Amino acid sequence: MATTDAPSAPARASTPRNNDAAREFVSKYGLLALLAALPLYYGISDLVGDEGDLSRLGENVVRGLSNGTIWALIAVGYTLVYGIIELINFAHGDVFMIGSFTAFGLFGTVGLTLATGLFGVVGGLLVILVLAMLVCGSLNVMIEKVAYRPLRNAPKLAALITAVGFSFILQNVGLLWRGGSPRSVPDLIRAQDEVFTVVGVAFTRADLIAFGVTIPLVFALITFITRSKMGKAMRATAQDPDAARLMGINVDTTISLTFLLGGMLAGAAGLIYALYQTTVWFFQGFQAGLIAFTAAVMGGIGNIKGAVLGGLIIGIIQELVDNRIDAKWTPAVVFAYLVLIMVFRPQGLIGEQTREAG
Amino acid sequence: MSTVETPAAPRKTGGRQLSIQGGLSKNRSLALGVAAFIAAALLPFLVDPSSGFINDCVLALAFIVMALGLNVVVGFAGLLDLGYVAFYAIGAYSVGWFASTFYADASIHVGVSDFLDAVPGIHLNFFLVVLIAMLLCAIAGIFIGLPTLRLRGDYIAIVTLAFGEIIRVFAINGDSIRPFGQGYPLTRGQQGIGPLDKPQLPFGDPFSDVELRPWYYVGLAMVLIAILIVVAVRDSRLGRAWIAIREDEVAAASMGVPLVKTKLLAYALGAALGGMSGAFLGFFATTVNASTFAFSFSIFVLSMIILGGLGSIWGVVLGAIALTFINYSLIPDVLNGVPAQIGLDFRLYQLSFGIFGFLLVIVMVLKPEGLLPEGRRKLELTEGVGTDESVYEARA
Repeated sequence: MATTDAPSAPARASTPRNNDAAREFVSKYGLLALLAALPLYYGISDLVGDEGDLSRLGENVVRGLSNGTIWALIAVGYTLVYGIIELINFAHGDVFMIGSFTAFGLFGTVGLTLATGLFGVVGGLLVILVLAMLVCGSLNVMIEKVAYRPLRNAPKLAALITAVGFSFILQNVGLLWRGGSPRSVPDLIRAQDEVFTVVGVAFTRADLIAFGVTIPLVFALITFITRSKMGKAMRATAQDPDAARLMGINVDTTISLTFLLGGMLAGAAGLIYALYQTTVWFFQGFQAGLIAFTAAVMGGIGNIKGAVLGGLIIGIIQELVDNRIDAKWTPAVVFAYLVLIMVFRPQGLIGEQTREAG
Repeated sequence: MSTVETPAAPRKTGGRQLSIQGGLSKNRSLALGVAAFIAAALLPFLVDPSSGFINDCVLALAFIVMALGLNVVVGFAGLLDLGYVAFYAIGAYSVGWFASTFYADASIHVGVSDFLDAVPGIHLNFFLVVLIAMLLCAIAGIFIGLPTLRLRGDYIAIVTLAFGEIIRVFAINGDSIRPFGQGYPLTRGQQGIGPLDKPQLPFGDPFSDVELRPWYYVGLAMVLIAILIVVAVRDSRLGRAWIAIREDEVAAASMGVPLVKTKLLAYALGAALGGMSGAFLGFFATTVNASTFAFSFSIFVLSMIILGGLGSIWGVVLGAIALTFINYSLIPDVLNGVPAQIGLDFRLYQLSFGIFGFLLVIVMVLKPEGLLPEGRRKLELTEGVGTDESVYEARA
């Protein structure tokens, strides 16, 4: 990623080229080793220890993956926006929180209760999914218009600061909406019920919902970006906004579209989170935003597949720390990963493709 | 919606002079500063020494120092630090570690009164604690700054934010970290460390909670020291190097500015000022509780320097005073009941951070140079100097 390297360019010009290749090799495989360290360690200790097999690790990985789908959906929003205007949309995590709150509010409106039958729940949740996505998408577009567009030619710091400002505004909206303490959500799907078991690893309903919503959405998004004309416009704008404009692409509309897509995925993540965790509160977006941003950077910011991969990996790391060490240390571990990746491999796992935004 | 972007505002190169001092000439600025300090020194004689007003004044003085420190990093060197709360935490914990009964197994007493000499625990003199806090923070600032050296603006923001959060997690869970033995936990988490020793000057009694004038004068002295340091450094070779890095890092490096040293010095000085203020706030609060070191604190201080004007010393002072009074007096005391009066079911203090967020957005969109802008910064923001940093061209 040329842009991240720019500041160090003078220092690097004097070093021989093969040094760069060695550095690239070390940083890439170093990151892979860092990511594999926890699962490998616990896998081996399970095998030689009391457990004797890998079912506990398998369980951790499945829980982690399904939890990671939420981070993946949010991370895609970060990565889309960063790919196109190189801005960390700091308010994105809070858009996700608003998505959760909207979904929670709509449970009552649509009339979903614990007594609703299977088809009612599925139909109702689909309606809510669409509505939450629309709400978050439009919210994200609105934020871009109010807070980022006027600053597009200002120094980058300015837009980042308004992004932080909007994050606080949304948190306060959430605080007023549902109060300061976590609210429990009716467990509509009986999230912890096991559906089937594969080689000793149980899959719960929550896992299935998470995968079932995320996989189609991500595929739809990737298809849209690679196949449709608007997706082409997005890729062109990400590569070179000025040239895109000269080719007759409406850059403003394209940027709005990007925010719309990112917001919609955050809305979907909000619904999954509410069903999965069965609790929502106004502060969930702050931490989710940081975790998802870590995921986006881990995958290589600007790269959609990278963001999904990063989200899933972070999910597994979190679950392992939660389950094996102590949940109170999870944020510190995730942020330590963030710092390490930022410092040693800012281009992430599959960073080469960043300029294409997908 | 038009297909054509509005280009950066056309450059008004007409007879505008590039004045680094901004609107104020150097002499007028000095005269105003002296007048402001005399007024500030006389203020406590006009009000009740235990009133809420003077309490807010003491906080405002501490926040001025805090904001001046952050301004060195963000305003001068252009490194957006979103984890500044880390230095408040380290400063305040220095007080908890070195001036309380927290480590009751130890018995170290340096330069404290006869009364404290008889109390178990580590008890160091007030000035010593502040100095230790500044030193610890400067080291922490360099430690946090090191990983960010190769990164660009927004990545720096995220890494510093992550460090701030890591330190908060350690503060909350510090009870279970005992590297120096069972009797020496790192923190007491959300229970808080307290009571803390009262500061005591070589003359006079220990400070008390009812007579706030001594606190006020110590705070004022800190502000004076901080302003003198910051002004001196800004006008030195180092200060010019910071501004050069802020304007264009690559150009600065090719002109021979040592990036690593210059950036780390910005982090260290900013952190040391944060530590000084953090230690003072720790003493003043009489307890050190992990839950006060939240991300919102960093944003509170950032709002001060944004509102006042990034890089402008007088702007930052004004911003700190204004936001302290808004946060500690106007919102909780004066306007708190307003939503209820107009029939809304909440208290205004619940909104305080939304209000600061709103302020950040409004100031950035409408008046990005702040209330009392620094001249160079204003030119940069209004006339497109340094547009190569802009969103579009940065990727070229």
